[in-house]
Amino acid sequence: METVIPQAGKAKTVFKEKANKVLGVNLQDALITKAYMSVAFIALFLGGILGLLQGLNRAGLLELPSWLNYYQVLTAHGLLLVVVLSAFFMIGYYYAGLSHTLGGLLPKVRKIAWIGFWLKIFGFVLVLIPLLLNEASVMYTFYPPMAAHPVFYFGLVFIVLGVWALSIGAFIQVANWRKNNKGKHLPILAFFATGSFVLLVGATAFVAVEVLFMIIPWTLGWTDGINVLLARTLFWAFGHTAVNIWYLTAVSVWYCIIPKIIGGYRWNDFLTRMVVIPLVIMNITGGFHHQIIDPGITPEIKFMHVFMSLAIGFPSLMTAYAMFRTFERTGRAKGGKGAFGWFKKLPWGDVRFLSPFIAMAAFAPAGAGGIVQSTNQLDGVVHNTLWIVGHFHLTLGMSVVMTFFGVSYWLIPYISKRVLTPQMNKLGIVQTIIWTIAMIMMSGAQHTVGLLGAPRRTSYTTYGEFSSTLGWDPYLTMLGIGATLLTIGVIIQVYAVFNMMFFAPKGETEFPVAEEEENAPKTPYWTERWGLWVVLTVIVVGMAYVIPIVDMIVNAPPGSPPFKTW
Amino acid sequence: MKMHLDEKIWLGLSFGMIMIFMLITGYQGFALEMGPPSHKETIDPQKVDQTAPFDQPGIKQIGENEYEVVMTLQIFSFNPANIEVPAGSTVHFTMTSKDVVHGFQVANTNLNAMVMPGHITKITQKFDKPGKYLVLCNEYCGAGHQVMSTTITVK
Repeated sequence: METVIPQAGKAKTVFKEKANKVLGVNLQDALITKAYMSVAFIALFLGGILGLLQGLNRAGLLELPSWLNYYQVLTAHGLLLVVVLSAFFMIGYYYAGLSHTLGGLLPKVRKIAWIGFWLKIFGFVLVLIPLLLNEASVMYTFYPPMAAHPVFYFGLVFIVLGVWALSIGAFIQVANWRKNNKGKHLPILAFFATGSFVLLVGATAFVAVEVLFMIIPWTLGWTDGINVLLARTLFWAFGHTAVNIWYLTAVSVWYCIIPKIIGGYRWNDFLTRMVVIPLVIMNITGGFHHQIIDPGITPEIKFMHVFMSLAIGFPSLMTAYAMFRTFERTGRAKGGKGAFGWFKKLPWGDVRFLSPFIAMAAFAPAGAGGIVQSTNQLDGVVHNTLWIVGHFHLTLGMSVVMTFFGVSYWLIPYISKRVLTPQMNKLGIVQTIIWTIAMIMMSGAQHTVGLLGAPRRTSYTTYGEFSSTLGWDPYLTMLGIGATLLTIGVIIQVYAVFNMMFFAPKGETEFPVAEEEENAPKTPYWTERWGLWVVLTVIVVGMAYVIPIVDMIVNAPPGSPPFKTW
Repeated sequence: MKMHLDEKIWLGLSFGMIMIFMLITGYQGFALEMGPPSHKETIDPQKVDQTAPFDQPGIKQIGENEYEVVMTLQIFSFNPANIEVPAGSTVHFTMTSKDVVHGFQVANTNLNAMVMPGHITKITQKFDKPGKYLVLCNEYCGAGHQVMSTTITVK
């Protein structure tokens, strides 16, 4: 263990670490995570109900009342689940992790976390008002020249400011720890958190430029026209990276938490860090593949971006290996024999393992689908069809969200000083099974009907006789059934979270971060050079974006005026 | 750094797979000219009706079994609508949008392209099989997005 050297800062940190182990969670830090988790799961509930409305409408089973527009519902569903649920969960989880592994949050970081929280909430209220008034049915992507009410964009600005505050808070916490622990490796969970917050700043910078310098002056009438292609490009530098940040958060659970839950050790520390670093460096440039069939971008640039998108696949394939190797080793250490005996030794009855395991398994088809649709010709077949919707319900709706669900069964009791009861675990298993079946049904139906040509983001329509002659109808019905089952899953999950937060039996729950194996090889210290990783990220982003963006500005057509078409 | 042999093989295969994907995509894109629609020409989005060739949208025969369709997309329609071509003809589509971003997708074909205000999209398809094809907008464009469709009839 640690020897206490009577050095100013260091002794204090060591003391704090020990105090943490004895006393469990720091209550002030726990309150921060509780606030974020509450918002995240309320968003899941609301977003889930809206998802049900869409699923039933799309299946032709439900006609929305005239005061509720399908596209308004869809915009809210996307924002609640992709922007609120994921971001709030990620921040709550990482802040708990930073508090736990870095010896408690600094008072000023705690203050920043609250400022960030209220900035984000204020931003969401601003976004919500025009949305409820049907003044902002522009989707999560808000492509100009569709123009929402200016207040919608002001809201987005406050959300981004909140995100920046939280990122700065995390950086201060990490920098302080590094100053007091010179020459030591950042604890692995804090390493993931650092990477994720670096990406969050990088990604939101693009959308901030789009909203602040292009859209807001244009919706206020200060500029005449907007560069549609440039706005789209800036959006996707953010839009795709955002979802990859949620994925990186899930990956941190797979590497740091799951090995502990199954009673094993962490995967090779060096290789783990070597997954985080390229995911940070190469991520932002991946967004361009959303524009493979856009006009105004040369095939050469598109080809370069196919490469940049596919490059992210490599660290994910490293992860696939690492996870199964960890499972195999742990299973064998527990006495699993033969080629597959280890598989039976895994704790299948433990929701904290089962849910994230299915999440990982889902990433195999989800990742393969992702590789398929980032290549030129295959994207041409599935672009903007329901296939894409199926894809991100596998990646986000399964890989990310089921990992988050699994985390909730220990993180919520941990921050609430309560315990996970066997009954709650059983309910969690039932929830996991319902969610798995429902998501496979829904996303399977979406993938298939997308290949048959059914477009995404389109309310119920038969296009004359076409929906039946093209064979869409049975799949759209299946989509509706999947959405209904998912709603049951949402209700159980939200019940579980708030039950564990306020009503479960009191007790101490552990924050399960796995240890390295004894005599594990030492990780080279250069992995800690975050300054260098940030510089490399900027260089890669520059290589990817400077040429096309200059081209889009220099060869821009006259700008487009704002339109409200809904 | 010690790595297991099977991990080296796995990572080698992973790397190889990504490279093969790149090679095939590049070969199809550049050698076979099957690249995605990437036309660079621009237009004033507020003067589409006055700018050639969009001042006269329609279908025109430009060779034996070869047609050009000049098309504008606007909320919530395609102009011209209900196109008819003989089986076996190659059709070149030249399109732009008069308002917001639209999509041009023809079910059961590989035709799929974004049509944006200020930009001209070009995409080509050979129609061999007779029948009625569904043309639809696949980029959300407003309250009537779900009715924005037309047909191509191949006789």
